[in-house]
Amino acid sequence: MVSPEQIKARAETAVPGAKIEIIANGSPANQPSLLIDREHARTVVQFLRDDPALQLDFCSNVTGVDWLDRTATTKVKVKTLVDGEEKEIEQAQVETLPGYLEAVYHLYSMALKHGPVIVRIRTADRANAVHLPSLTPLYRSAEFQEREIYDLYGIRFDGHPDLRRILMWDEFVDHPMRKDYVPPDDFEYEPTPHDEVLARAKEHYTVRPSSDGAETLTAQA
Amino acid sequence: MTATLHELHEAPPRAMTSRLEGELLEVSLGPQHPSTHGVFRMNVALDGEIVRKLKPVFGYLHRNHEQIAESTSYLGSMPYTDRLDYFCSMTNNWAYALSVEKLAGIEVPERAEYLRVILAELTRLQNHVSLLGFLLSDMGAWGTPLMYAFREREKILGLLESLSGSRMMCDYMRFGGCRVDAGDDWISHAKKVVADFPRFLGEFEKLILENEIVINRTQEVGKLSAELAINAGLTGPILRASGVNYDLRKIDGYGFYPRFKFRVPLGDHGDCYDRLMMRALEMRESLNILKQAFDQLPGGPIMNPKVKIRAFKPPAGEAYGRIEGPKGELGFYLISDGAATPYRYRVRPPSFINLTVLEDMCLGHTVADVMVILGSIDIVMGEVDR
Repeated sequence: MVSPEQIKARAETAVPGAKIEIIANGSPANQPSLLIDREHARTVVQFLRDDPALQLDFCSNVTGVDWLDRTATTKVKVKTLVDGEEKEIEQAQVETLPGYLEAVYHLYSMALKHGPVIVRIRTADRANAVHLPSLTPLYRSAEFQEREIYDLYGIRFDGHPDLRRILMWDEFVDHPMRKDYVPPDDFEYEPTPHDEVLARAKEHYTVRPSSDGAETLTAQA
Repeated sequence: MTATLHELHEAPPRAMTSRLEGELLEVSLGPQHPSTHGVFRMNVALDGEIVRKLKPVFGYLHRNHEQIAESTSYLGSMPYTDRLDYFCSMTNNWAYALSVEKLAGIEVPERAEYLRVILAELTRLQNHVSLLGFLLSDMGAWGTPLMYAFREREKILGLLESLSGSRMMCDYMRFGGCRVDAGDDWISHAKKVVADFPRFLGEFEKLILENEIVINRTQEVGKLSAELAINAGLTGPILRASGVNYDLRKIDGYGFYPRFKFRVPLGDHGDCYDRLMMRALEMRESLNILKQAFDQLPGGPIMNPKVKIRAFKPPAGEAYGRIEGPKGELGFYLISDGAATPYRYRVRPPSFINLTVLEDMCLGHTVADVMVILGSIDIVMGEVDR
């Protein structure tokens, strides 16, 4: 088994300009992962697949993770004057980390029987810049799983041959696995032409203060 | 004056078939069809009877299993994993328990590991035997083979029920062990079921695998190359039918599988007949493992006493654990942020990913073959749609 540091060094020499970061894993599972920048992700993973020492020919698990905006508090020692004396005081520094969506790929080698090598790619933010390069051209196994991530997390995979919703119905608008998703009160609700007609009709109402009040009820509804 | 046919001014309407000449006929197969193994739909474009295009449609059984698991405790998801692949709740439990054990670094006592192997192999037996029955049923052999298969399956389900309390929704395993111990009477009963099984298996193999109709319907149907099978992430018997030697019981050596002697059957052609054959041969190997496991089964505790399965809070981190389920690689990917609920809980469903190349396997075959190919993949919609 090649260590993540070796993989990082090899991939960075093979793909010039690629930035790879090793993400440590705090659990006893000891499965560190490689964070690859978006621009070079597909070339780096193609190198991992075709490199004779790695031969990661089997992409097992593909999944998305949603990381909300987080605040990290770090304690910093600051020198301040307290009662005319200079003292070191610990001060909590609150830092806001912007949220992002993440696609995680578990790669194994069937030829050399080693793995997993875990690859992560992150989007720039959670709102608009949610595009990632698709790895389906490299691994067919990512086809349905990337569709599922698009469906449930809303990551757009550029270069995917058939990026449609897969588990939710086509008319569904949100991405239900996001951490800030709020389910609707009524899943069955669908806007009908009737609602548009009502909305247009409402514009024609004039509020007449003198009558019995029924008109105002209609106008404000 | 009576009008005869040749005196009609308008030409008679063209027959139904000629209207679609040169065009593809789009057919929606499913979702309510006995051969689709649940609510599964395929949009098929047909040229005559030949399939030219096939797009599977999922989601009829989607209930966002992963989101429900992310809002409950680690233990709370354990009974819910039974409902993924409702034929193999024991292996689902094991895969989930294995991932949590990896995440938190939990040791499992020896007897519990043996019990897990025994129950996983019993599950494999009943899954494969019912698959063969369903496949024959899809091919038109109504009743008899399926009833034979279900008769034997019921004996194994009886074993699971007497141990765990439920035939199919076993909820048997826990992080760090198993829920209840197997008594001596259960062991002797299980030994008897295992000892009787080969007699049935020989009969069933004769009935199915040497049947001329089965051979004609399955050989050279739905062929899959080893390269595509690997690239498309296929796992389990389908992958091995294409000749790729990849069995996680050998590769990862989880549980106590390295202690048992067994062979990994491999196919030559990668067609439906090889996939059928894989199941039959794997059952023989499972019986071997079971016999060895009963002989070696040690005494001792079945739970690691240090594990607090209630109010369970693993350290922050992540883990991916996988086992060789009867349908392929069943994996669970967990991210913990130190809280009592998982931050991310992901199931890697083998039958969902095995469907990736359904279209590639079916192109150029007839509609009747599609049912055989789908049956040979072995899907369960509880797992595909999650």
